[in-house]
Amino acid sequence: MKFNLVPGLCLALLLGTGVARAQLSVDVTDESGNDLNVAVPVMPTPQAMATPAGSTDVLGRQIAEVIAADLKGSGLFKPVGPGGIRAIGNDEVTAPQFEAWAASGAEALVQGYVRANANGELTVGCYLYDVALKSELTRQGYVIAPRDWRRAAHKCADAIYARLSGESPFFDSRIAYIAESGPKNRRIKRLAIMDSDGANHRFITNGQTLALTPRFSPDYKSIVYLSYLGSRPRIFIYDVAAGTQRLVTESANPTFSPRFSPDGKTILYSMAVAGNTDIYRISANGGTPQRLTNSPGIDTGGSFSPDGSKIVFESDRSGSQQIYVMNADGSGQQRVSFGGGRYATPEWSPRGDLIAFTRIAGNFRIGVMAPTGGNERLLTDSWQDEAPSWSPNGRVIQFFRTAQGNGKTGVWQVDLTGVNERRIPTPLDGSDPAWGPILP
Amino acid sequence: MNKTATRLVMVASLVALAACAPKRKVEDIPPAPVQQEEAVTDANAGKPIPGSQADFVASVSSDRVYFDTDKFDIDEEDQATLRSQASWLAQYPNKRVTIEGHCDERGTRDYNIALGDRRANAAKNFLASLGVDSGRISTISYGKERPDAMGSDEASWARNRRAVTVTVQ
Repeated sequence: MKFNLVPGLCLALLLGTGVARAQLSVDVTDESGNDLNVAVPVMPTPQAMATPAGSTDVLGRQIAEVIAADLKGSGLFKPVGPGGIRAIGNDEVTAPQFEAWAASGAEALVQGYVRANANGELTVGCYLYDVALKSELTRQGYVIAPRDWRRAAHKCADAIYARLSGESPFFDSRIAYIAESGPKNRRIKRLAIMDSDGANHRFITNGQTLALTPRFSPDYKSIVYLSYLGSRPRIFIYDVAAGTQRLVTESANPTFSPRFSPDGKTILYSMAVAGNTDIYRISANGGTPQRLTNSPGIDTGGSFSPDGSKIVFESDRSGSQQIYVMNADGSGQQRVSFGGGRYATPEWSPRGDLIAFTRIAGNFRIGVMAPTGGNERLLTDSWQDEAPSWSPNGRVIQFFRTAQGNGKTGVWQVDLTGVNERRIPTPLDGSDPAWGPILP
Repeated sequence: MNKTATRLVMVASLVALAACAPKRKVEDIPPAPVQQEEAVTDANAGKPIPGSQADFVASVSSDRVYFDTDKFDIDEEDQATLRSQASWLAQYPNKRVTIEGHCDERGTRDYNIALGDRRANAAKNFLASLGVDSGRISTISYGKERPDAMGSDEASWARNRRAVTVTVQ
């Protein structure tokens, strides 16, 4: 997939952000909610031209729609448009009519253009303005294959989000998850992938074999997951481009709960031997596994700290599921959850500052705590919310919600305020979401 | 298999007739009421083939044992169930079984896979302690993926926390 920043615009971006003068900003920790009014008009095209992804004037509207949806979904913005607001001319893109936008109530303005190039590629320009100050806050340009137009929209939304919130971007990323269908006692579970907003959905397995708990490799080239192929639960690495898979390790015992290290070189997994489950690590290329835990209870899950030096995992060695942290070689195991009830499925934030978990005390709720324990906050409140997965910037968490009774599942996301919660659209029911890193 | 079943029924009928023969002359035997005859035929047709999964289920006190929340210990009732399974296995020494470990939905996915494995192994270990060669017993955990009862209530969860013995055919 080719995806290039335009060098000239890139330079302009550097120059533009070098001048600190923005008054506009949003705060990702503000629980009262942000409602910054952002106008997102249709992106004009110098000349409407047909591409394999549709005409450039249609793409200009669709890209603006995706940008507005991304901004709205983050919970930090109140985007307006592209429908119902004034259309802009091509010459307006770099010379906004600030008075008109101010009169409409817009505080920020996103403009851009879509141009078909002679070589079949598209150039998409993306500009963010402060309407009151009548100033440009950032600009970016992307050269892409027409089929990747949604990525240009996500990159533009990321640039706006990053400029106004001061946080790292996260929209241009992908999700691996399990698509579910069928009755509760014979659930069909298929490995599937999609963009972070649910678009570009693709089933990978056909559902004849039970598939669970996928994780993308950091480079998105492979997915490690649990398959019941041949009625033997074991973890496989699926090669996305080749469409082939191989066992992570040969063993007569069941292996499950696979996780990649942040550098993609190591895989953590759990293996049950005669009823006793421990955590192991192995090179993603195979080789001899190293056993990290040896308690007589169930040690499972596991998630590396961003620098790869530590692992957070769950264990019932105390009598119930609790969260522990250990060094990456298995030494120095220490319990960090003490809040009462059971704690499961810990996941270390890519920022390193928090651990997300499932708290089981009656209902199942998603929460976060400091990696040393403490400062616990619960973010969701439903009958059964399970298995958090962090956005690339560590500001949003996806998880799955199971309905009481019929067992139907859905992929949801919540931000760290706990206020902005929404369901991610999937063609079937969905569970076990695993968020990959920001795309290059 | 249907053919075999039919033949067995015929054999059984002949044996029954032969057994009756010395006691009465054939012509003395009153014609059986139609309904009763049907009932007898059904009973014979339903009789499982010795050593089959159906025979196993019909012979043992139960094909499954149940567990308390988060637990995997084999209590007295489970022991009685597993003893009946062990004696069937002693009767058919060439038969192998798989024990499937299951959990209720009120646990996280990975943990439940581990817990189901614990339950299946607890049942396996008890069978082995009764003299069943552990090489004849394989285990698999389905965690919370294959509930038996569909509800989200205590009664359903109790039915789903189970280890089910299935003969390998």
